Amino acid sequence: MSDIKVVEKPGPFTEEEKKLVNVPSDTFVTERDKDKPLVLETRHLGIDFGGLTAVDEFNIGIGATEITGLIGPNGAGKTTVFNLLTKVYEPTRGTILLNGVDTHGMNPASVNKAGIARTFQNIRLFDKLTVEENVKIGLHNRTDYGMFTGIFRLPKYWKEEKKSHEIALELLDIFGMADQADVRADSLPYGAQRRLEIVRALATDPKILLLDEPAAGMNPSETEELMKNIAKIRDTFGIAVMLIEHDMKLVMGICEVIAVLNFGKIIAKGTPTEIRNNPQVIEAYLGSKKDE
Amino acid sequence: MLTYLINGISLGSVYAIIALGYTMVYGIAKMLNFAHGDIIMVGGYASFCAMSYLGWPPAVAVLFSIGVCTVLGIVIERLAYKPLRSATSLAVLITAIGVSYFLQNVALLVWTSNPKVYPNIFEKIPPITVGEAQVSGVTMVTILANIVIMIALTLFTGKTRMGKAMRAVSEDKGAATLMGINVNFTISMTFAIGSGLAAIAGVLLCTAYPNLVPTTGAMPGIKAFVAAVFGGIGSIPGAMIGGILLGVIEIVARALVPDVPSDIFVFAVLIIVLLVKPSGLLGKTVREKV
Amino acid sequence: MKRSKNRFVNYIIVLVFFAVFQILLSTGTLSSLLKGQLIPIVSYMIMAVSLNLVVGISGELSLGHAGFMSVGAFTGVIVEAALLSKMDPSALNGNMGMQMMILAVAIVIGAAVAAVAGFLIGIPVLRLNGDYLAIVTLAFGEIIKNLLYCLYVYIDDRGLHFSLDPNSLNGTTVLNGPMGALGIKKISTFAAGCVLLLIVLFIIQNLINSKSGRAIMAIRDNRIAAEASGLHVTKYKLMAFVTSAAMAGAAGALYALNYSTIVPKKFDFNTSILVLVFVVLGGIGNMTGSLIAAALLTVLPEMLREFSTYRMLIYAIVLITVMLLTNNAKFKAFLNGPFHKEKKEGKE
Repeated sequence: MSDIKVVEKPGPFTEEEKKLVNVPSDTFVTERDKDKPLVLETRHLGIDFGGLTAVDEFNIGIGATEITGLIGPNGAGKTTVFNLLTKVYEPTRGTILLNGVDTHGMNPASVNKAGIARTFQNIRLFDKLTVEENVKIGLHNRTDYGMFTGIFRLPKYWKEEKKSHEIALELLDIFGMADQADVRADSLPYGAQRRLEIVRALATDPKILLLDEPAAGMNPSETEELMKNIAKIRDTFGIAVMLIEHDMKLVMGICEVIAVLNFGKIIAKGTPTEIRNNPQVIEAYLGSKKDE
Repeated sequence: MLTYLINGISLGSVYAIIALGYTMVYGIAKMLNFAHGDIIMVGGYASFCAMSYLGWPPAVAVLFSIGVCTVLGIVIERLAYKPLRSATSLAVLITAIGVSYFLQNVALLVWTSNPKVYPNIFEKIPPITVGEAQVSGVTMVTILANIVIMIALTLFTGKTRMGKAMRAVSEDKGAATLMGINVNFTISMTFAIGSGLAAIAGVLLCTAYPNLVPTTGAMPGIKAFVAAVFGGIGSIPGAMIGGILLGVIEIVARALVPDVPSDIFVFAVLIIVLLVKPSGLLGKTVREKV
Repeated sequence: MKRSKNRFVNYIIVLVFFAVFQILLSTGTLSSLLKGQLIPIVSYMIMAVSLNLVVGISGELSLGHAGFMSVGAFTGVIVEAALLSKMDPSALNGNMGMQMMILAVAIVIGAAVAAVAGFLIGIPVLRLNGDYLAIVTLAFGEIIKNLLYCLYVYIDDRGLHFSLDPNSLNGTTVLNGPMGALGIKKISTFAAGCVLLLIVLFIIQNLINSKSGRAIMAIRDNRIAAEASGLHVTKYKLMAFVTSAAMAGAAGALYALNYSTIVPKKFDFNTSILVLVFVVLGGIGNMTGSLIAAALLTVLPEMLREFSTYRMLIYAIVLITVMLLTNNAKFKAFLNGPFHKEKKEGKE
């Protein structure tokens, strides 16, 4: 099976490479991704909860190594979008293309295998397992032996376990957590738990990583550190990242494209500068002047 | 056939009364009170002792047994379940099983395993004939009691302050606390009502099936839970419909296929219901928040 | 890692347990009462560790574990009867090798049939969660018991026959509905039981410490995160459930072939609860605890016969007390008290 795939140092990218260009499928990606297929594309994606439309006409295309921000007021449907993309919810309508493959009919496990990994807003770690074991769960589908081999400890067991141990430590090292490998996940401090979730998601070898409020509950220096690490992940693994975040410093700092969601619909898409100056976005966040 | 149907409805009415207790407790405390069935047994013994040893009239004995069970329900909740409010459902369920065992074994020590023959307290009510079927007094009282309880509970949860508090607690404990509702008191009250109903069910059950032993309540308790799940746990009319359907299924199955134990059909119903519509006939589906 | 070290502790416990009782047996110092309890003790130890795989490792409360034990038990009895009917009745006398062979076949087939039952039951049951799952396993346990009540098995010249009609019994009766199995040849031995226990421990512990076991525990800790990490939830839940059912079946066969008669009622809800008590007292998820609790709680009541009427009552009280003590936040804090630092709370 594959070891970690490290791209030939694709980043850091120049300003030229970060420039957005239009691609045929009616979306825009960064200059450097324009010849690569989109990693994720949604068309007319939507879901209703018992008559209530939570997300509607969600259309987005994400370039192969793009960092995208998904922002919007509370209750706008951001996490619901993540739940749709990862098949926690089955969409009511619309299509999700992951690397050009329609994920219709896939379950959360199979879309993960197809290349999408995520973290959760309310941390979901395997509390009673160690840090290393949490990462090894992420490596599960890359660890190639079955129940029988495991029970009888055949040579393949030792070989594969050694391999996943090494990869796990290597991945933990990105966040400087290798020395905490044997600590139980639930005894980690909050910030470290968030980081561990990212490592676990990365371990599944995704093409796109979805981060649901990765900086929530972190202090400014931790957030700073996180920003660097997200960029580092993208550069090292050459994958796309999509994140939901309320910390505007982080969003504006590392996202190349930002989509703004309000009442389940995308109201604006563009570069950080464009979004910052978009009157509709300002209205969604601060309320309309007419209402006053 | 009509006889089976009426007997089924009668047995089902007992299940329904027990199921109401299950459903209310499950709806509000979000726990499966495994010991609920054994409260029926305690209710049976309490009324039996009051009548046979103390010579009290049946009506007083029934009230006495309701009182005993109500207090017992509150005490059990306070001592065994309240400390586990924040524990996992596995821990709570195991504790409830422990309570169930405790009650059965105390009863075994106090009243031994020799069956007590429960008096027919409704023998003065003359049986009536409906078509070809004869309906005994206890059958009529059971069905009537079920209807009265069902209406009373619906009014109680819908109209009274306490009833509204119960519904609020079942929706969201935290929010209910913030609105000034005493959650612990509300849960205690739920247990009290559920246990009081169990006492009534105990009297009706023992009158219809007069062999009273310490395990009398166990099976009807489990079947009533099946009925509650069948109807949709948390729903009062659901418990009633589930109970009656289950009673009819059991009696009809026993009549049609006497060689096969009817419990098989009862449990098969549970499994089929849970697989086809896990929320039961009248229940609502709850999504896990991600 | 703590879990891997414990593994060897458990093997040693079983070996010491075997050695002590084997010595006591050979020197004849063991009371006949205890002697008769040795195989049941081992059977319950197997039951306890196998239930712990479901309750502790997979995190699902199963209340019908005795059902699988009975499937294994009656399958074992039928297999034994079928094998013995093919040979000269005296062939078994003094032929330990032959006896062990038959026992092994009976246990393996008993485990296999129980595994099939576990698979068939597991597919619908494991779609449910929590309390519902518990109650459905209870329902299946009762269904198995009730089905056995109407199963009649006999052997005549034409071989083995299964029937639902008591009047069809002919030739040698093997299974007589509610009366259970009669005329079983007792072939289980204490040593064979200990070997089986070691095998069961080997399988469970190596499973837990492999990728599959990790997956099972991850699903227990957080199903949604496990799915999002690419784990096939049903597959691993089923793996734990079926493995556990097979082991309960093996324990059942071992248990049944230690008696000359055995009735389906032996494996009712009470037996399921009894095994659950072993698991809870030994510590949920703790295999060593299950072994010790199963052994002590099977032996102690026999030694304290005069208290036997209080036995189940004491179990009930112990069960409640243990759950209250281990799950109450206040009490936990009190236990940790001045010697432990409070665990850091979630949010900063």
